[in-house]
Amino acid sequence: MATLNINGRSVQVDADPETPLLWAIREHIGLTGTKYGCGIAQCGACTVHLDGVAVRSCALPLSAVAEDQKILTIEGLSPDGTHPLQVAWRALDVPQCGFCQSGMIMAAAALLAEKPRPTDEDINEAITNICRCGTYNRVRAGIRQAALGGTAG
Amino acid sequence: MTTLDTVRPSRRGLLKGATGAVLLGFHLPSRHAAAQSAPASAPPELNAWVVIHPDDRVVLRMAKTEMGQGVRTGLAQMFAEEMHCDWSKLSTEYVTPGQSLARNRVWGNFLTAGSQGIRSSQEIVRKGGAAARMMLTQAAATRWGVPAGECSAKDSVITHSGSGRTLRYAEVVAEAARLTPPADVPLKDPQQWTVIGKPVSRLDTADKTTGKQVYGQDLRMPGMLVAVPRRCPVFGGTVKSFDAAAVSGKPGVRHVLKVGDSAVAVVADTFWQAKTALDALPVEWDTGENGRVSSETISAILDEGLTAPEAFIGNQQGDARAAIAGAARRIEATYSYPYQNHAPMEPMNATVVWTPTRCDVWCPTQNGEAALAAAAQAAGLPQTACDIHRVDLGGGFGRRTVHDWLADAILIARQVPGTPIKTMWTREEDMVQGRYHPVTKCRLVAGLDAENRIVGLHMRISGQSILSTAFPGGLQNGRDPVQFQGLNAGGAEGAIGYTFPNLLIDHAMRNPHVPAHFWRGVNHNQNAIYLECFLDEVAHATNQDPLALRRSLMANHPKHLAVLNAVAERIGWGSPAPAGVHRGLAQQMGFGSYVAAAAEVSVERGELKVHRIVAATDCGHAVNPRQIEMQVEGSFVYGLSAMLYGACTVKDGAIEQTNFDTYNVMRLGEMPKVETIILPSGGFWGGVGEPTIMVAAPAVLNAVFAGTGRRIRDMPLGDQLRQRG
Ligand code: FES
Ligand code: FES
Repeated sequence: MATLNINGRSVQVDADPETPLLWAIREHIGLTGTKYGCGIAQCGACTVHLDGVAVRSCALPLSAVAEDQKILTIEGLSPDGTHPLQVAWRALDVPQCGFCQSGMIMAAAALLAEKPRPTDEDINEAITNICRCGTYNRVRAGIRQAALGGTAG
Repeated sequence: MTTLDTVRPSRRGLLKGATGAVLLGFHLPSRHAAAQSAPASAPPELNAWVVIHPDDRVVLRMAKTEMGQGVRTGLAQMFAEEMHCDWSKLSTEYVTPGQSLARNRVWGNFLTAGSQGIRSSQEIVRKGGAAARMMLTQAAATRWGVPAGECSAKDSVITHSGSGRTLRYAEVVAEAARLTPPADVPLKDPQQWTVIGKPVSRLDTADKTTGKQVYGQDLRMPGMLVAVPRRCPVFGGTVKSFDAAAVSGKPGVRHVLKVGDSAVAVVADTFWQAKTALDALPVEWDTGENGRVSSETISAILDEGLTAPEAFIGNQQGDARAAIAGAARRIEATYSYPYQNHAPMEPMNATVVWTPTRCDVWCPTQNGEAALAAAAQAAGLPQTACDIHRVDLGGGFGRRTVHDWLADAILIARQVPGTPIKTMWTREEDMVQGRYHPVTKCRLVAGLDAENRIVGLHMRISGQSILSTAFPGGLQNGRDPVQFQGLNAGGAEGAIGYTFPNLLIDHAMRNPHVPAHFWRGVNHNQNAIYLECFLDEVAHATNQDPLALRRSLMANHPKHLAVLNAVAERIGWGSPAPAGVHRGLAQQMGFGSYVAAAAEVSVERGELKVHRIVAATDCGHAVNPRQIEMQVEGSFVYGLSAMLYGACTVKDGAIEQTNFDTYNVMRLGEMPKVETIILPSGGFWGGVGEPTIMVAAPAVLNAVFAGTGRRIRDMPLGDQLRQRG
């Protein structure tokens, strides 16, 4: 039995310690906004924050997550979908199928928390998530717009 | 009549779980129960297309599938244009193919592919909207006792011009629904459109920014188990044996199953438990003859086809062979294009409840009707005892028009009757069990006269036919007409944009065992590379400007020429490019649309950087310019990913690439600036989801040649520019 601090709540998870955090979040805790795309830390669909840092939860076993580490998922990013990135995403119609977008937004949120005014190079380095629909240019524009909005993280 | 609300996973049926997560309501599935529960309070259905709620919400029913391409919003725009309803209160819902079957296919064809979403349903949807408006207006006029001609409708409100009286749609919908639908439904002249052609925001963005959007992967039902299957990695192979006992005691494992002749599956409480057990399951496969096939053996078979005497003819003008034989000069080149996986972000999945009398499926599919047919067959039940409840797709690109994964999911669920089973493919399974972009090669020979004019062109394609595996009924005396997309003498699916005095385009069909399928852009992807890069070769070999050479062949093709001219002008063709930057062009027609691209690239120490792409599209009518921009940008990501990295190779009969580490795709940092020019010339409806993908690779490859003198003829590019050439 592992105890996780997720979106400000403490939850008990009855899963094998080798279970990746992704599957504990999706199947045991029931938060399905975080997606499975590859399972080998390649695509970023499973990106969540661990103590504010973007991590790929499919490659992180439960045993590596301490009780007091704060996990943040897309569902906890803002109470009502008004994080500056979410606002920008809607204004620019960033998502297409949307499957990669939770991961995109979480990766972008971690970037803005660290660098509120990211350069293009910062964005290129931080956003290595895969989007098969090809929303990359709108993701970039959304990050820029959210950064101009001033607040982040 | 079966009501819609009882048989679809409606919003109402999405139950909030204790944790705040969304559960799919488990309430169905017998027809009996559905018939009984027709609620008296159900909002009136005005016609098959639309339900109007008392609070003025208008719900449009949709047969096409949303997979990111924006069809939901585009169809709603076309409907609202004619219905004159309040856009802010418009939403959509999926109809099921079972309902459609029961109502004589009132919603038309469910297939969402080939950039057909708008093209194939625009008329039926616009007429549905217009008929709704006419019936509502008539109902109001009757109530007022005035001629309908004195009434008009706007934003869901009907006004009588003489008296100024008004009625809301919701107030007259019950009466309107009793009227006989009008036989003659005139549509607006495009000049009068106010919603079509506007860059309205998508209807479905919000939930995709908060994690609330529910995909097939996310479905949960009470008592549900998760199955993870593995098929023989060699196509056509079968299961020889497997040792269920070795894993059946592992945590959470409920069943270890054989699935048909060629797959096994572990069913467990969770995906992770099922996958872990499956990875440990000893399986022996019988791979048969196909186990000896490799990319090398396939390549040899295609090489033979390049000069084989027999071939299917796609386009023939004059006598190209004779013209080339008598030409002053010959130019010749051979190109190749590999297998590629669709790799949508969401791997294949389906959730199934099977009982001996009923089978219900919740899944992402691009074709509800085909899914129903596949489901019924696998379920051993009539179609009337099955139904498909759709969820939005985490990408499709053609992969979800074919239902091999669904059939297996049903074969699994049949072995656990009455229990909801969510079958989920791993990414690895998705990679090796694809339905691949077909493999082809092409040998092009041009004959030139003393003035360097092309007197004859022979284009011999050798390789795999999609229809042979995907839809053999579409073959014409063995010939696959889809093979010649973009190279035909005419037609919406791809007319060649050049006139050659003598032309022969033919296809030596060579079908390896790896199943081929429709893949975003389909055969245009390689056909455009073959022709557009080869013409570029001819231009350079004869010291002609690539744009001027094309123009000299395009006098009879004004629409092709218009988009080409547009990109050439915008990119500044003929004026110097920025230092170190080189340009390339390409044009092609397909999916009913004319497209062209101009690319600016640089290559430094073997590293390609694509800086900028200008793309022009003439899709006849442009329904939503913002959506078109998104589709054009997306098509370049898909097309350039294919050109840069996309290759599935075969070893011992199986696909070698198993995940994104070996099947790489483009990332954000590699993405060029994209400028979209929309040139709707009117009078026809062209697609937008696919066409620009056709010109992505050839425009970039032609720019690469301009910059390096290296002609890349074998896809993908990979590290060819880093090798000495
Ligand atoms: S699912 Fe974790 S990176 Fe792809
Ligand atoms: S929006 Fe579909 S994968 Fe990114």
